[in-house]
Amino acid sequence: MATTALPTLKPQDFASDQEIRWCPGCGDYSILAQMKKALSTLNFPREKMAFVSGIGCSSRFPYYMNTYGFHTIHGRAPTFATGLKLAQPELMVWVVTGDGDGLSIGGNHLIHALRRNIDIKVLLFNNEIYGLTKGQYSPTSRVGTKSKTTLQGSVDSPIRPLSMAIAAEATFVARTMDLDPNHLTMTLQRAAAHKGSAFVEIYQNCKIFNDGVFEYVTEKTTKSDNAMFLEHGKPMIFGKDRNKGIRLNGLTPEVVTIGKDCALDDVVVHDENVENPTMAYLLSRFMCPAFPEAFGVVRNVSKPSYDELQAKQSADALAKKGKGDLMKMFKNDDLWTVE
Amino acid sequence: MSATATPDSASRKVQEVESITIRFAGDSGDGMQLAGTQFTNVSAVLGNDIATFPDFPAEIRAPAGTLAGVSGFQVHFASSDIHTPGDTLNCLVVMNPAALKTNLRDLEPGGILIVNSDSFGANDLKKAKYTVNPLEDGSLKGYRVVRVAIDTLNREAVKECGLTPKDSDRCKNFFALGLVYWMFERPMDGTLKYIKDKFGKKIDVLEANTRSLKAGYNYGDTVEVMPVQYRVAKAKMTPGVYRKITGNEAMAMGLVTASTLAEKQLVFSGYPITPASDILHQLADMKNFGVKTLQAEDEIAAVGIAIGAAYGGAIGITATSGPGICLKAEAIGLAVMTELPLVVIDVQRGGPSTGLPTKTEQADLLQAMFGRNGECPVAIVAPRSPGDCFDMAFEAIRIATQFMVPTFVLSDGYIANGAEPWPIPDLSKLPSIKVQHPTGPNSSNGQTHENGAGEPGTFLPYKRNELLVRPWAIPGTPGLEHRIGGIEKQDGTGNVNYDGHNHEHMVKTRAQKVANIAKTIPDLEIEGDQDGDLLVIGWGGTYGSIATAVQRARRKGLKVGQVHFRHLNPFPKNTAEVFKKFKKFLIPELNAGQLLLLLRAQFLIPAQGYNKVQGRPFLVSELEEAIEGILKS
Ligand code: SF4
Repeated sequence: MATTALPTLKPQDFASDQEIRWCPGCGDYSILAQMKKALSTLNFPREKMAFVSGIGCSSRFPYYMNTYGFHTIHGRAPTFATGLKLAQPELMVWVVTGDGDGLSIGGNHLIHALRRNIDIKVLLFNNEIYGLTKGQYSPTSRVGTKSKTTLQGSVDSPIRPLSMAIAAEATFVARTMDLDPNHLTMTLQRAAAHKGSAFVEIYQNCKIFNDGVFEYVTEKTTKSDNAMFLEHGKPMIFGKDRNKGIRLNGLTPEVVTIGKDCALDDVVVHDENVENPTMAYLLSRFMCPAFPEAFGVVRNVSKPSYDELQAKQSADALAKKGKGDLMKMFKNDDLWTVE
Repeated sequence: MSATATPDSASRKVQEVESITIRFAGDSGDGMQLAGTQFTNVSAVLGNDIATFPDFPAEIRAPAGTLAGVSGFQVHFASSDIHTPGDTLNCLVVMNPAALKTNLRDLEPGGILIVNSDSFGANDLKKAKYTVNPLEDGSLKGYRVVRVAIDTLNREAVKECGLTPKDSDRCKNFFALGLVYWMFERPMDGTLKYIKDKFGKKIDVLEANTRSLKAGYNYGDTVEVMPVQYRVAKAKMTPGVYRKITGNEAMAMGLVTASTLAEKQLVFSGYPITPASDILHQLADMKNFGVKTLQAEDEIAAVGIAIGAAYGGAIGITATSGPGICLKAEAIGLAVMTELPLVVIDVQRGGPSTGLPTKTEQADLLQAMFGRNGECPVAIVAPRSPGDCFDMAFEAIRIATQFMVPTFVLSDGYIANGAEPWPIPDLSKLPSIKVQHPTGPNSSNGQTHENGAGEPGTFLPYKRNELLVRPWAIPGTPGLEHRIGGIEKQDGTGNVNYDGHNHEHMVKTRAQKVANIAKTIPDLEIEGDQDGDLLVIGWGGTYGSIATAVQRARRKGLKVGQVHFRHLNPFPKNTAEVFKKFKKFLIPELNAGQLLLLLRAQFLIPAQGYNKVQGRPFLVSELEEAIEGILKS
C-alpha cells in the first residue's frame, strides 16, 4: 500500500457523473450518501476500491460511485467479486446486492463466499420485495405479503439474512437501516475495517412497492422499543426508558424489565467477538413484536481470509519448488530422444 | 498388423511388424487403465509412435464382473507415423467374460486373444450374461486364443509377500502386462521403476507387484505361450526430445506457458466435471507459476470468478464440459458485453443432458457459437490432437487478450484422455504474447467523456484501437476508475445507453471485432491434393482418423484434399478460396452435422455430412468408405 500521504477525499469525490435513477424517496439514496461519507473517512485510495453488483434496484449502485465498478448478472456478484479479489488482493471489494439477488437467485454464491471468508464486503439491501421487476414478493417477504404474484398473501416462510450468514460461517455479521445515517455510516466503516468476508443487512425502504415495511423500527415513536442497538461489551438494553433488556434462561432469551424482573447485571452483555455463534444466532432470530430487532455488529470474529491463505500457499509452493520453470514442466515425465 | 518378416526372424521366432493395436480390457477394479498407460509409456520411450484410447464406464465401480463395469485401454504403437488408436485390434487382453463379451467384436479375425481362464466360472459367466462358456463352445475358433490361468499363476508368484488373497489379486494386471511385454519385446525397466516410485513405502506391495510383472514376463518366455514374438521398430520421427502427453495435460501446460510468457497471472476456476476435471487438478499443482486455482461452488461461480479475475487484469480461465457450458452461458454473455478476455475450455462429451459422460462427441460447436441470448459472438478454436491442445490453449489466450473477447477451446473426451508423443517445445520458437494495460487517460482524440467536461484527459473504457479492441484497464490504476456492466453501453464512454441506434452500432462493432481476429490467424492449409474432386473437411479431435483415411484414399489413386479447422470463429480468411478448388465436400463429424450447417450457411457449398454419434471416435475404415462413396455418387 502507498506510504505517501493520500490526498484527502471528500464524500463528493466518490460521486460519478451518472444520473441517479432510483425512485424519489427510495432508501437507496441514503445508503449511497452514507457510503460516500464512510469511504471518505477511510484514508484509502479511491482507485483501489471496487463495487460489484448483480441485478436489481440496489445493483445500480456501482454506476453512481466514482470508483472501479462492475454491474454483473443476477445473483452472481459474489463470484465476480471473488475473482477480482483473487486477481488484485490489494483492492477493497464491495458487493452490493438485494434480497432477491442475494438470497433467491444468488443464494448459493452468497453462502459460499461467506464460508470461504474471502475479503469482500457484502451489503444486502433488504426491502422485502422485487422492485426492478415491479413488485413481486421476495424470499425475505413476511408471510402474508400481498404482491403481484401472491394475490392472497404469501404462504412461504421468509429467510432471515443474518441467520443465513451466521450459518454460512460469516466472520462479520451486522445489521443497520437506511434511515439512521449515523449508524449506517458507522456500520459501513466497521465492515470496511474487517478482514475477511463481511455481511451487512441494511433495512431499505422501497417507496413504491413496499413502503413503510420497516416503519416500526425506523419511526422515532416506535424505534426505541422495537430496535435494540448492540454495542460490544455493553448490556443488551433497549426501550424508550432504556429499562428493558435481554436475559437468557438456559438457551431461551427473554425480554425483561430492569429493576422489576431483574437487576442490570442479569442482562446479557454483548460480545461480538465470541467464537461460539449461538448468541449471534439467537439475536438474528429476534423479531418484533416478541423481541426487539437487533442492529449493529452481531458477530465479528477473526479468521485468516481465503485470499490470505491462497497467497500463503502460493508463497509456500514458490519456496518449495522455486519459480516455475517451463522447461522443467515440459520434461516432468519419461523422455526419449529421436536422433 | 501388416507384417514384414525379417530374414532372421524365423530362427529367433521374432516377427517384425509395422504396427500393433492392443487393448487391455477388464473390470473397473482390475487396473486396466494403469496397465494400458504403462504399456504406452514403455512403447513411447522405445521410440514407437503411439496413440491411445482409454475407454471407461461412467460408474466408478459398477458391480464387479458385469458388462457395465468393463474398462478398456487401447494402445496403437507403430514404426510409422500414426494418427489414430487403431480401428481393429491385433491383440486383446481380457480379464473376465464381461470384457470378452464387450470387446471381442473389435478384434481382427485371427487376432491374438489373451484370456484369464481363471475368471470363467459359472458365476462369472452369469454376470456377463453368457449361457455357455465361450472358451468351450468353439465360438472363438477364429482367433488365436491364449488361455492363461492368470489368477492362479499370479497368486503363486506373490504367495511369499504376505499379502491378503484380495491384495494378491490386485497385482494381476501386472502379470498380464508382463506377459504382453514379453510378447511384444518391451523391456520391463520403466514399469519396475514406476512400481518402485509408487509403492516404495509399502515394501510388501512393491515386492508383490514386481514379482507379478516378472512372473508374467517369464511365463511368456518359458512356456512360450505364442510361437512368435512381435517386434515393432522405432518410428521415424522428427528428431528431438519427446514425451507422451494427453490432451488435458497439454491444455494445462499450454495455459501456463502462455500466461508465463505474457507475464500475466493466471486465475483458473472450475467445478468438477468429467472429462475436464484433470485440467484443474494439473493447474492446482502449478502455484509456483503464479497460477491461482479455485474449485468453485458451481459452474456459474466458476465462470464468474474467471471473469472477475479478468476484470482484475489476470488471465481468467474456466474449463468444463457441455452441461457446464449451459450453466455458464449468461456469464459468458456478460464477458462478451463487457469485452473482457476470458478463456472457456469445453471438453466435449456425449449429450444432451448428462448424456454419455465418459464418451466422446463433438456436439457443442453450435452451443459455443450461438448458445447465449442476443447477438453474442465469441472466438472459437479447437485442437486436433492431444498435443495440439497445447498450441490451442496458447492461441486462445493470445486471442482473448489481444481482442478482449471470450474465447472457447473445444476439446473432447477422446483427445483429452488420449495420448501421443509430443516433442518438447523450443521456448524461443513459441509465438510471443504481449499484453498491454493503459496507465493514463486516453481521450486525446477529441472524444469527450461526460464527466470529462473541463477536465484535461479522461479515460474512455470503450475507446477502440484499429482492430476495434477496447483497452484493458486494471482496477487499482489511479485515474482510470470506470464502470462496466451488462447493460448496453455507449461506445467510447461505456456509459449506460438504451438508444436503439447505439445498440445496433454496438452489436455490429462486437461482431466486427470478432471478425477482425481472422487478420491474425494462419490460412487454412490443404493437405493431400491441392484441388480436385473431393475436399474432406473436419475440425477438432477427428483429425487423426480423417487424415489417415484421406492418405489411404489417395494411395488408391483418388484425388482428395483435406482441410482441418482449428479456428472455427472466425474461419481463416482464405476459406472461401480453398473451397473454390474442389467439386465435392465431405464433412465428417461426431455430431449430427454442426460444422456442416455453419459452412453451408456461410459459404453456400453443397457439402455432405458423414455423422456418427456413438460416443466413440471414427474408424478409419468408416471414413474410407464414406470418401469412396461420395466420389462414386
Ligand atoms: S422500486 Fe423501490 S427499491 Fe427500486 S428504486 Fe424504486 S423505491 Fe427504490
